[in-house]
Amino acid sequence: MRSLPVAARLYVCLVALGALGVLAAGPFAGIDPATLLLLAVLFVVAESISTMVDNGGDGGRAGISPSSSASLAAVVLVGPVGAAVVGLCSVLVVFRRQNLVKRVFNGAQFALAGYAAGHAFLLFGGEMGVPDRGAFPWIVLPYVGAILVHNAVNGALIVGLMRALGVLDLQRPKRVRWRPMATLELSSLGYGMLGLLIAAIWGLVGPFAVLLVLLPLFIARWAFDQYMAEQRAHDATLATLAQAVETKDYYTRGHCMRVSKASAMIAQELGLNAERVHTIRYAGMLHDVGKLGVPTKVLQKSGRLTEEEFAAIQLHPMRGYEIVREIGFLDEALAGIMHHHERMDGRGYPMGLAGDEIPEFARIISVADAFDCMTSTRSYRKARSIEEAVAELRRCAGPQFDPRMVDALISAVDRDGWQAPDAVEPPDDDVAEVAKQDHDDPSVPLRVAGEAER
Amino acid sequence: MTVTGMVSAASAGRGTVPPRIDHTRMWLIAGACVCAAAALVWTLAEGFVEPHAALAFGVLIAVGEIARITLPGHREVAPIASAGAIGYAVLSDVGGTVVHHPAQQVGAVVALGLAVGELPHLAVGRGPRWSDLCRRFLAPVAVAAVFRPFADVLSPTPGDWGPVLAVMAGLVIAAWTVDAALAAAIRAERLRTRFTVALRDEVRAQFGIGMAIGASGILIALASTVTGLVGLLVFTAPLLVTQVAFRRFADIRLTYLQTVRALSRVTEVGGYVETGHSRRVSRLASAVGCELGMRESELRELEYAALMHDIGQLSLRDPIASGATVLASPREQRRIAELGSAVIRETGVLDGVAELVRRQCEGCRGDGGDGPPPLGSRIIKVANAFDDLVGDSGDPDRTEAVLERLRMDAGEEYDPVVVEAASRVLTRPEARW
Repeated sequence: MRSLPVAARLYVCLVALGALGVLAAGPFAGIDPATLLLLAVLFVVAESISTMVDNGGDGGRAGISPSSSASLAAVVLVGPVGAAVVGLCSVLVVFRRQNLVKRVFNGAQFALAGYAAGHAFLLFGGEMGVPDRGAFPWIVLPYVGAILVHNAVNGALIVGLMRALGVLDLQRPKRVRWRPMATLELSSLGYGMLGLLIAAIWGLVGPFAVLLVLLPLFIARWAFDQYMAEQRAHDATLATLAQAVETKDYYTRGHCMRVSKASAMIAQELGLNAERVHTIRYAGMLHDVGKLGVPTKVLQKSGRLTEEEFAAIQLHPMRGYEIVREIGFLDEALAGIMHHHERMDGRGYPMGLAGDEIPEFARIISVADAFDCMTSTRSYRKARSIEEAVAELRRCAGPQFDPRMVDALISAVDRDGWQAPDAVEPPDDDVAEVAKQDHDDPSVPLRVAGEAER
Repeated sequence: MTVTGMVSAASAGRGTVPPRIDHTRMWLIAGACVCAAAALVWTLAEGFVEPHAALAFGVLIAVGEIARITLPGHREVAPIASAGAIGYAVLSDVGGTVVHHPAQQVGAVVALGLAVGELPHLAVGRGPRWSDLCRRFLAPVAVAAVFRPFADVLSPTPGDWGPVLAVMAGLVIAAWTVDAALAAAIRAERLRTRFTVALRDEVRAQFGIGMAIGASGILIALASTVTGLVGLLVFTAPLLVTQVAFRRFADIRLTYLQTVRALSRVTEVGGYVETGHSRRVSRLASAVGCELGMRESELRELEYAALMHDIGQLSLRDPIASGATVLASPREQRRIAELGSAVIRETGVLDGVAELVRRQCEGCRGDGGDGPPPLGSRIIKVANAFDDLVGDSGDPDRTEAVLERLRMDAGEEYDPVVVEAASRVLTRPEARW
């Protein structure tokens, strides 16, 4: 609290004063005091529960906010001033371990948003009080207006706070992402509608309306948190197991995680949607799982490989595919894993696909794979600098790599930087296992007996 | 396939035994069919009263059935269909007009709605779990049978909603309790586990979604009196959110299992163990765990641990001969267990599983000062030894011989209780349907 900038403190004071001013101005006529009291209590309870449930979970980010539907119900039932009173009551939230400034701001923010929404509701032709049967379905129109105003005021107040705190970067982002914004707005509209439901049956069952409407929501919130926890557990397990597979080779430790990261960077740069970016993370992590099927002595052989040995190496993407194909959600990632050693000119393996026949994910992973391989130390050479690796990628763009992916990686690395792995000291005992060449390395191709280098 | 179906899968490969019939399940399905048929015949003979409401609720139930989901543990639920059915059962008033449909009509509408909603699933070959479908039919019909005769008395009026709401809530909770008990009985029969264990699992798994369904059902009934049938779809919105959340959870659970299964196969591809070894061990271990009355959460840990019990071999330089850890030296076995446990512990979320894997090769009284190893570890030890010795063979004589060998070591190496449970699992008849 001490560390708050002066601007932020001033801003919070201003918002709080605004809320108090609205309350002082009234008018309080026509508000049923019993309803107001009940709503305020319910709002505080809902807000308390949702902050309690929210410990560390991401349910809030999923857009499920039961308390705002209670506040919107107040807009209909007790009008703008009543909604402001209800909103301000969130200062009283009991279970929250939050400092006073935050609480005051939240309360004032809810109060102002509720007040504005209430006026919007009346302005568009809504009537204050328990809606009767004749009001449906046309009451929906002013109500939607009220939700939109509610969200807009809320959003504006938060943006203001961010600016006062200096958190918000005022530079315009390169691309405005409309889809997630539209999704968020739609979902908050949906949850807002629940307020109307509460208002509708308030006349029948009073405060139990809130329980009936919000119970499923709280349960949904809980289930979402379970889901997020399970998702995190899954990601952790997947990453660990993928790394466990790599322990066979001392130098490639962490390779899969870095390929996963670089693949995701390329995918984001190309503007793939969040779900596909998530999938390609998995694909990058698992791309070399099949290496386990290649005998260790072949992976570590220093001299020229025989035809059979090279065939064994060429088989590893297929082996990887065989292992992970049962993981249902991977779909697109499977193709990426299977074809990550194809080349644009069709001379890659396992199937010799060329150009656009190669799945997009495979083209991405192949670039990320080569980039990480070049920027890490191998037993037969030191790590290269990022500039050298970029130059090598550019050289191979066209025949081996998709230039689009190479460009995307280069601009992503330029912008966000790249954390190359720490230089690995060669292990001094002979327990750790060391490969003498790497099939991923485009600059030092595998040497196969009786053939030119490839 | 999680725990479910594992029993039959485990016994499927091992010898031929006559199929078995689950009686509770059979009676439930027969009862539901008779009820549905009687309700339909009665209603068709008498004609539908208030056909509009019947149609609207029938459509809602059908849509909800189309959108049914499967929760972890193969529990099929259709929250929207169930809520719609409960709503129709306790409906007393639509937009100001009192409705008079009898319980028989509720049965007919629910049966038709579920049947229509099931058609698309059948068309794509995704048939329902019949016992779950029957429970979805019976629960609201039971509510209706109690509520409908008094519907006129129980019509909610503004200002006097207390008793009505209490009756509705009490009925729904009672129906849910009976339903959970039925589900538990069927589950206990199918998995051959104890009823009390199954009941606790069932209550844990269905409590959240059950509350959401009940609240929404009552909400739909009440809201219809204010907004009429138009509001019906709108008022299922909170439940829709709940359903989406549960669906996502179920999906990620399944994915998690698939991931562990797939990655446990790396040891096979690497030539460390025989093909299918970890899968077979996990099936047998889960079946034995069920037999010994383990809870669902424990079974899940057991299944993961059994799948990954050989993951420590990845850190070995050379594969053990054909991967049979039972033939390796005790020191080697212990090292593999330690290494595997360390890998699993690394995830930070599977400490219980790591512990099971760490202690999988200890004798049944334990070595060191930690006391006997956890039940899961003892089960994995037996299942692993059994699979190493039998391999993929389905010959009953060989199964018997291996069990005999395990019995000789029981008491020292293997837990006699676990060996006997394994023997029961491996020789019992498999479920017919």
